[in-house]
Amino acid sequence: MMGLDIAFWVLAVVSVGAALAVVLMRDIFRAALFLMLCFLTVAGIYITLSADFLAGAQVLIYVGAIGVLIIFAIMLTRESRRGSPSGRLRLPALFIGLLFLVTMVFVVVSTDWHVIAELPTEPTTTAIAQALFSGEDGFVLAFEIAAALLLAAIIGAIVLVREK
Amino acid sequence: MSVGLEHFLILSAVLFAIGLYGVLAKRNAVVILMSIEIMLTAVNIAMVAFSRYSHIISGQVFVIFIMVVAAAEAAVGLALIIAIYRSRKTVDAEKFDLMKW
Repeated sequence: MMGLDIAFWVLAVVSVGAALAVVLMRDIFRAALFLMLCFLTVAGIYITLSADFLAGAQVLIYVGAIGVLIIFAIMLTRESRRGSPSGRLRLPALFIGLLFLVTMVFVVVSTDWHVIAELPTEPTTTAIAQALFSGEDGFVLAFEIAAALLLAAIIGAIVLVREK
Repeated sequence: MSVGLEHFLILSAVLFAIGLYGVLAKRNAVVILMSIEIMLTAVNIAMVAFSRYSHIISGQVFVIFIMVVAAAEAAVGLALIIAIYRSRKTVDAEKFDLMKW
């Protein structure tokens, strides 16, 4: 458990620092690279939570697919050295973010959680597949709808960026 | 003090607050989309933490669906930004007033 604790603190500090860099960096391209670092450390946090399948999916989908997509979008919409300035709502946004953070920390600390402390030892891939596709209270319909959603998103993206 | 459920939930809240600040404060539409991705990831951390500390696998199944929706949202959102950039030559969110009355 000691090694997991050290891993959690290192990953948490790096992920929060990378997320702060995303919103504070002036250079958008570097912000995108820090976003990918943040996603990678979140994959590590999934591993400390013994969610092995999700850690792999996180690296594939977020770091691989979404990261490359965002870098492509930055390359295609390069504004002439404008960087990433803050808008008029900077101070209200800071206030709302801090208000949310204080409220959430207060709620989390003051709630009495019923936790099972010992680590789940079995690999999660089989359990996730059974929860997804089992006949009773499974997620088969949601799975099919997700497939339709992805198809609609692909077609929508193609229609939006097609040259007239 | 060993790491427990509260630590993961507070980490999730911190990441969500950073993403919220980015969405509200930034002007570049791509950075706003990146902040939305940070918020979705923060929610995923909370889901996986609840799943691990209650030994109920449904939390991780929901995370898979959130990832699917996040991927679809990123694809459509970036396509919208590129389409707007073509017609307006800017990605400044404060200059998008096509649908303003």
